[in-house]
Amino acid sequence: MAIFRKILFIGLLGFYLPLSYAELTIEITQGIESGASVAVVPFASQNVPVDISFVVNADLAGSGYFKMLNPQNMPGRPTTAEAIRFPDWQAINQNYLVIGQVNEDRGQYNVQFQLFDVANGGQMLGYRMTSSASDLRRTAHHISDLIFEKLTGKKGVFSGRIAYITTTTQGNKRTHQLQIADADGFKPQTIATSPEPIMSPSWSPDGKRMAYVSFERKSAAIYEQTLATGQRTKIAEFPGINGAPAWSPDGSKMAITLSKDGSPDIYVLNLVTRSLIKLTKSFAIDTEPTWSPDGSQIVFTSDRGGKPQLYITPSQGGQEKRLTFSGSYNARGSFSPDGKNIAMVHGNGNDYRIAVMDMSSRSINVLTAGPSDESPSFAPNGSMILYASKKGGSAFLSAVSIDGKMQQKLGFSNGDVRDPAWAP
Amino acid sequence: MKIFKMLLVLLFSAVFLVACSDDEPDTSLTDGTQTAASGINDASTSGLNNGSGLSGSEMGGSGSGSGMYPNAGMGPEFSDPNNPLSKSTIYFMLDSSQVQDDFVPVIAAHAQYLVAHPSQHIVLEGHADERGSPEYNIALGEQRAKSVANMLKVQGVSEGQLELVSYGEEKPAAFGNDEASWERNRRVELRYQQGR
Repeated sequence: MAIFRKILFIGLLGFYLPLSYAELTIEITQGIESGASVAVVPFASQNVPVDISFVVNADLAGSGYFKMLNPQNMPGRPTTAEAIRFPDWQAINQNYLVIGQVNEDRGQYNVQFQLFDVANGGQMLGYRMTSSASDLRRTAHHISDLIFEKLTGKKGVFSGRIAYITTTTQGNKRTHQLQIADADGFKPQTIATSPEPIMSPSWSPDGKRMAYVSFERKSAAIYEQTLATGQRTKIAEFPGINGAPAWSPDGSKMAITLSKDGSPDIYVLNLVTRSLIKLTKSFAIDTEPTWSPDGSQIVFTSDRGGKPQLYITPSQGGQEKRLTFSGSYNARGSFSPDGKNIAMVHGNGNDYRIAVMDMSSRSINVLTAGPSDESPSFAPNGSMILYASKKGGSAFLSAVSIDGKMQQKLGFSNGDVRDPAWAP
Repeated sequence: MKIFKMLLVLLFSAVFLVACSDDEPDTSLTDGTQTAASGINDASTSGLNNGSGLSGSEMGGSGSGSGMYPNAGMGPEFSDPNNPLSKSTIYFMLDSSQVQDDFVPVIAAHAQYLVAHPSQHIVLEGHADERGSPEYNIALGEQRAKSVANMLKVQGVSEGQLELVSYGEEKPAAFGNDEASWERNRRVELRYQQGR
């Protein structure tokens, strides 16, 4: 079934999508057979440039929460409430049914959809919205968000955005780009380009700015860029490492890694007063700071015990305590939005996987298969983790549900894709 | 039939409710994201064009892939395979920043040259293999560059002649996901600042 779905997805994508999106594929590499079953009936539509029901179906399937019904196995294709025969859907054990219509009206599109509880025939959601042609995909993601929230009680993340770094090679020339795209990888837009490496994009809490590391001057510097205008300011360019920027949850500070005094240490830069406070002072490597959602703690990677492990310290300074003890390599911590879990790169020997640690029990749950997974980033609702993988000479992004049951690969055919960051 | 009527009422009231609220949440969401999206478009162009050399910076003489003898412009001894000065890359073991015995004579030759040419500057580029976390690998690459710098300084090279930069795993010399590539990527490259 999982394999069949994969084939279906790739097939449908290739068939339905406009040419401009041809470089991207979403491949569900591991699915679940549990969860509520949802049937998204193809919407009634004519000459609509985006297949909205297909996008909604793909979003919900990729979330890992639902078992989606293949349209080929549907007992009917109702597009109005009157046309639904609920016993038919009850007979094939469907829990929820989504129907809809898209109509063009003088260049605008009227999109309406309804969500039904199959067991009692009750309508759970009914919306009508208008969209321009260029916003149809966004409208589809918005519908997915509404359905997801109704069925799970959690906010949907389908209309969110992600940032990542792409690297393309032409002969001897490498080009590095910082891009921002929809959460499913569509509509990529480049916000910075350089022949030298760009690393570690970090969103401001309001999603309007981005900090990143650029080697454009043949040494590392941290920049902050306003997305709407493209204007940027240099945040740090000290001798040595200027790396791993992480915005504080209230947006007023930034944790960074500097090695200007010798070994790499964590600093907190006040973005208003520009004061710089040195937080860690070990002679070992201290890097990769991440803030707890309430801003009170900072988790970072340190090899002060010989191997890289995660440590925690109050963000105002104070005692530094080791957090991870299982595995020879635990790095690049990232708090879940509710602060209850930390995602990390968990390494043993030649094998690096994404793992999640429960902050209360301190138990570690390994989510991915490796062998070279890195840079975990939580979705704003905490349900998924986006990360980077390397395999067969290429680098690509993947997403995994936090129970590890659902995995997706976001494939871009042109070059390597790394360092993902989900917008808040 | 009764159920059907009830559904119909429910459906109409739901659509009606949405219509009454004038699509407020939806309009605002669509509008908001639209602005943001076109804003990013602007950023991409202004980022590209006004990025203060971001896209215009040149490759220069450094970086991997600049031939067998990247410092050849310094003089004939830098491309003579029998001269240790022709060797410009120091390789490291996994997770280690300790210089292996094989490379001690290479570093000594460069130290001698730098002591004899005190106006000459050199950049030590530290690199790591691709495994593990990118920012942690930046730190590893810097440790490697520092251990080469320390050996040069012990032999009389002055601090002012040295410049250190770590690219971590960002500039691999070999692109495979295998041990042979990883060995070539755990390295420090010695790059003379030519024409200074």
